[in-house]
Amino acid sequence: MSPEPRKRRLVIPWSDVLITIASIVLAFIVGALLMIFSDTEVRSKFAYFFARPSDALIASWEKISGAYAALIKGAIGGYGPITETTAQAAPLICAGLGVGLAFRAGLFNIGAQGQAVLGAIVAAYIGFTWHLPPGIHLLLAILGGLLGGAFWGGIVGWLKAKTGAHEVIVTIMMNYIALGLLAYLLTTPAFQRPGRTDPISPIVDWNATMPRLEGGQLHLGFLLALLAAVAVWWLLDRSTIGFAIRAVGANPHAAATAGMSVARTTIITMFLAGALAGLAGVQAALGPSASGLPVPLSLGIVGSIGFDAITVALLGQSKPLGTVLAGLLFGALHAGGLAMQSVAQTPLTLTTVLQALIVLFVAAPALVTKIVPFLKPRKTRAFGPVPEGGLA
Amino acid sequence: MSIDTVDRTASRPEAAPLETPGRRRQRISTGILIAGVGVLLLVGLASTDGSARFALSDAFDEVQLPTVTVPGFTTVLVCGLLCLAAAVGYLSGSLRGRWPVLAGAVAGLAVVMGFLTWAASGRELPFPVSNQFAGTLSLATPLVFGALCGVLCERSGIVNVSIEGQFLSAAFAAAIVGSLTSSVPAALIAAVLAGLVMAALLAVFSINYLVNQVVLGVVLNLLAVGVTGFLFDQLVEPASLKYNSAPVLEPLPIPGLASIPFFGRVLFEQNILAYLAAISVFVVWLVLYRTTWGLRIRAVGEHPEAADTVGISVRGIRWSAVLAGGVFGGLGGSFFTLASTGSFTKEFTVGNGFIALAAVIMGRWHPVLASIMCLFFGFVTQMASQLQTLSTPMPSQFLLILPYVATIIAVAGLVGRVRPPAADGIPYEK
Repeated sequence: MSPEPRKRRLVIPWSDVLITIASIVLAFIVGALLMIFSDTEVRSKFAYFFARPSDALIASWEKISGAYAALIKGAIGGYGPITETTAQAAPLICAGLGVGLAFRAGLFNIGAQGQAVLGAIVAAYIGFTWHLPPGIHLLLAILGGLLGGAFWGGIVGWLKAKTGAHEVIVTIMMNYIALGLLAYLLTTPAFQRPGRTDPISPIVDWNATMPRLEGGQLHLGFLLALLAAVAVWWLLDRSTIGFAIRAVGANPHAAATAGMSVARTTIITMFLAGALAGLAGVQAALGPSASGLPVPLSLGIVGSIGFDAITVALLGQSKPLGTVLAGLLFGALHAGGLAMQSVAQTPLTLTTVLQALIVLFVAAPALVTKIVPFLKPRKTRAFGPVPEGGLA
Repeated sequence: MSIDTVDRTASRPEAAPLETPGRRRQRISTGILIAGVGVLLLVGLASTDGSARFALSDAFDEVQLPTVTVPGFTTVLVCGLLCLAAAVGYLSGSLRGRWPVLAGAVAGLAVVMGFLTWAASGRELPFPVSNQFAGTLSLATPLVFGALCGVLCERSGIVNVSIEGQFLSAAFAAAIVGSLTSSVPAALIAAVLAGLVMAALLAVFSINYLVNQVVLGVVLNLLAVGVTGFLFDQLVEPASLKYNSAPVLEPLPIPGLASIPFFGRVLFEQNILAYLAAISVFVVWLVLYRTTWGLRIRAVGEHPEAADTVGISVRGIRWSAVLAGGVFGGLGGSFFTLASTGSFTKEFTVGNGFIALAAVIMGRWHPVLASIMCLFFGFVTQMASQLQTLSTPMPSQFLLILPYVATIIAVAGLVGRVRPPAADGIPYEK
């Protein structure tokens, strides 16, 4: 503690920024190699590389540039793609905030997926069953989804606090249970669309659909994600419970000695983390798709948001601003990946590879500076707030 | 946690040993859990009618064993009462010595027996007991390999969350190489190599670059999902006959032993990987507890500074343990391809690596205990799928989540707090 009053200046950590950019570039290079290697046509041209190298090089260049151009164009090429990026980023930011908040308390929340599923179930159910006036309907559906996710996360926190059950195991199992619950509900008359036999729900009421700006995919969800980020910042940096969360995450024994209840903090953290992940599920259930209507509830409703959220939180170093930026980056990758798949016929799974590689490189700054020697090694460790010791 | 372990007996040395608050809470939560299940069984009595039949042998077996018939109502009633009795024993705290273990075992058996009787009573088909046990073993095989991988890594102080990724990449490698060469040994070798590559990535980033190991595991899983998924979309899908039709492992009956009624079919008609898994459990136990290398692995996982002081290379031992784990991860992954259809589909290891990780923690980082946990999980999964065919009163979706619920109950109610290797997950810097 320094005696003089704390003055905060926004210092841009240039070496962090450079390492991150270098990581992204490196990830794209590895992705390009993977594309060349796996493309049968391009590979056949490498068979006579020494006879006529230009064929192979031109084919490779066309393959890579075609795919990446489509990716970038689909992510940031104009108003439409940019709003698509924000639409993809919003649930990632919310769930990423949930995972990050749990990190700060020393909890490894692998269960954002299940919490998002619960959020989507409750939000969609309120959305298509109740018929309320505009405004109130949407508000209730969002709140319901938040509570659904919070409940699912709260169970984990409660079990951890009361019985010592390891949260990694419990959250993994809760993910499967949430999916099983959704599968079951979709076979019941309350959830199944009348006249259909496949597991799909009715369409959510217009009054419960998130409003969007004309001409793009920018909808209320993105605003909610930003608000959630501000709320998490306030919670962690300005509130008593946030202080307890950080204290417990830094050293539970010291926090307990100082009179904080570790059990209570654990339960509250998981409850809030679940609510944030639930908000991601709400966006999947109530956010308008390209057609303007929300996607009806089905087994794949939340996609892999919960797992992508872990990488978002990691890249964002569990801090609200970082999570927003990381969410935007991965949202852009997703939006661009969809365009890449349809325009350049390169599978969407490439974005998963890129996502993993970016986080991997950012996590190992020593490796990046070894490959790109002119970058100065940064002094702080990556992922400060991630629980040390992991499974302890 | 420090509060839980405060020894309250210290001030009264002459009194009988009192239990710590942690143990007391554990005892009570176990008691409440058993009581709850007992009550559930008694509630289930309302929907139990007729008798339950258990077939000890398959319709195609040479030696036909009788089908056991038990009266449904009475059996469920007795099982429920046994559970309640065990619960009373736990809650009253009067059980001493080996009695708690015995009461727990009785309650566990009563739960399984009571549940099966409730589900099978009044059904047209008998419950196939030999299928149940044979299926348990084959479901547990990859889990056992994964758990051994986890035990080896974590005993040396490296948390391995990427068992799933090792499974996935090994299964993919087995499918591709098996299809190209149509040879099972080549596919197995490829799977082991893929497991080793993933393990080497884990080792280089966690040991040399000191990346947080849980983070790393999550990222490596994602990388495995991405790379196998991308290659599958781009390369395998368009030419699946060429790349995705690996040979499958045939069951390998052990001559003589396989003809023992009931046990022969369950234990000695498995494929080569299942036998290998059983042997591996013993080998890993032997290595960890009876060899110098094993001692060093454990030393490095508990107190790397001390190990370093006496001249053990912490990094070297950790590398070797992680790579050895990779071999098992690869073998486990190959099971998904070679022991089923011989073909790969995206993300088809469906969380088995995470289940193996759970087994490692539930089994307290001990190879034999962890493998028993894998058998438990295999048993519940197999039971759920067997019961689906009996058209039980439970919806099939609930049966499918039964293994996961059972794991949570086991973790929360029976296992409770566990103590990992002291240096687990902490990078070692000289």
